[in-house]
Amino acid sequence: MVDKIWVFAESADGKATSATLELLTKARELASTVQVCYPGPDVEAVAASAGEYGATTLFAIDPGDGLPGQVAAAAIAQLAADHQPDAMLFAQSYDGRDAIARLSVKLDRPVLTNGMSLSDDNGLVFGTAIFGGVTLVDVKLTGGAPALIAIRPKSFAAESAGGDAAAIEPVAAVDAGRAAEAKVLERHVEEQQGPKLEEASVVVSGGRGIGAAENYAPLVEALARELKGAWGASRAIVDAGWVPYALQVGQTGKTVKPKVYVALGISGATQHLVGMKNSDNIIAVNKDSEAPIFSVADLGIVGDVHKVVPALIEAIKAKR
Amino acid sequence: MNVVVCVKQIPDPAVPGALAADHTLDRTVKLILDESDSYGVEMALQLVDAAGDGEVTLVSMVPNGEVSGLRTALAMGAAKAILVSDDALAGSDALSTAKVLARCVERAGDIDLVLTATEATDGYTGTVPAQIGELLGWPSLTFAKHIEINDGKVTIRRQTEAGYDVVEASLPAVVSVTAGVVEPRYPSFKGIMAAKNKPVDAVTAADLGFDASQVGWAGARQEIVNVEQAPARQSGEKFEDDGTGADKIVAFLEQLKVV
Repeated sequence: MVDKIWVFAESADGKATSATLELLTKARELASTVQVCYPGPDVEAVAASAGEYGATTLFAIDPGDGLPGQVAAAAIAQLAADHQPDAMLFAQSYDGRDAIARLSVKLDRPVLTNGMSLSDDNGLVFGTAIFGGVTLVDVKLTGGAPALIAIRPKSFAAESAGGDAAAIEPVAAVDAGRAAEAKVLERHVEEQQGPKLEEASVVVSGGRGIGAAENYAPLVEALARELKGAWGASRAIVDAGWVPYALQVGQTGKTVKPKVYVALGISGATQHLVGMKNSDNIIAVNKDSEAPIFSVADLGIVGDVHKVVPALIEAIKAKR
Repeated sequence: MNVVVCVKQIPDPAVPGALAADHTLDRTVKLILDESDSYGVEMALQLVDAAGDGEVTLVSMVPNGEVSGLRTALAMGAAKAILVSDDALAGSDALSTAKVLARCVERAGDIDLVLTATEATDGYTGTVPAQIGELLGWPSLTFAKHIEINDGKVTIRRQTEAGYDVVEASLPAVVSVTAGVVEPRYPSFKGIMAAKNKPVDAVTAADLGFDASQVGWAGARQEIVNVEQAPARQSGEKFEDDGTGADKIVAFLEQLKVV
């Protein structure tokens, strides 16, 4: 058993993120003591859920209007010197990557990122997948504690341990140098209707094959609504500006694991497959019979989304 | 304004990758410019153009002296390049890579801005931009989908889970850009010809002050304990749509009790 693991916590809408709770669940399975470093607002609510999922202490860091990962790294480096954790876990998120990167320099430790498994075999063994998921690699760090590890969301289940709220320990401000000069001036929330992508049991995503931005609503969104699911997108159409970034599924977007994933006009680049290939069931519709998406699809239809999807929506309506 | 763009030359991602005997990525194959770096190159060219002075310097690190990817970026319009090529760099992890690249930024001298991609297409660690920032003692603004430079400050739109944040910092700074930031140009014939004569400053790890034990696989401080093929996903059924495609999907969804 590992002695002490720290989790870098993040929040959204006043609550700890699901990725944070997943890390806590894994941390308490591996270590006798789990503690949390948290740079953000709503400290009491986050401490309550961190405690519920197994943390005893929450080190509260005030990032002000700085980028949380950058500002917190200086404080966490100092805390780590005092408390000597064996490992620190981060979500493979925007702020998680900022924090682990800055800490690796401050502590002169290597990082392992894109993790998908973590176990203990006389030391932590980190598992990841390369070449678009076809090859699995297990790695041990040999550079001494703390091991710095970033894990992809949805790699572990989040399970409550029923614990009391973590004790909050406010951390005095530490000079982060010029890293603290980066200031968040405004926050823009791109409203999404319908269920959340990460939580929906059905996800319908669209790619280049839908042809044009104006086809997204009548094909992708309409089918998702029909199936009471969430709608997503490949990186190609997000980059093209057809839909907002918040809808992106894949390596640099969201990782989803629904009961049913429907890929419409998506070729299946590695960058997309990584974000959805662990879905329970995958349905793909694409014109190109050689598209890589078919290699992961349980049901593949080689055809035109403009014909198949409207017929599908009608057929589902007729079932009611 | 002087801008450094970190560019990576990688094995062609369209060709299935392979591991070398020591389990690091086989880089003895032909290397090309990582497409995700073309966005940073284009952004840098446009920012320097708008500033009316300065130039774009490329920085790249490879184990084998490859320059073809660099030539592609020089053909787009970058003025010159620093190429760190050394067998000792083989197997370098993200931190060692960042140390080498940060030293190159210092070697370039008088730099206002460093641009990178958010992550390379081959290793996709995604930490190098902020590691370079920390090594240089500069702020790092990551995941930019829009950049503006005004009065010695850089302002970006930073991708977030919910949308985007507007983030600002004074220069010099490191900014990592997403593929959505700008549309990269294709090198012109004139650009390709000019690129052949643009200066490439070839240096070794030792030239930058590194000992072989600090970089490369030795510096990565990790041990690969197992490599295996992932269990293949049970391959499903594939049909040409003959007008019954929609019905087949409905039947499948009924089986799963989704409709």
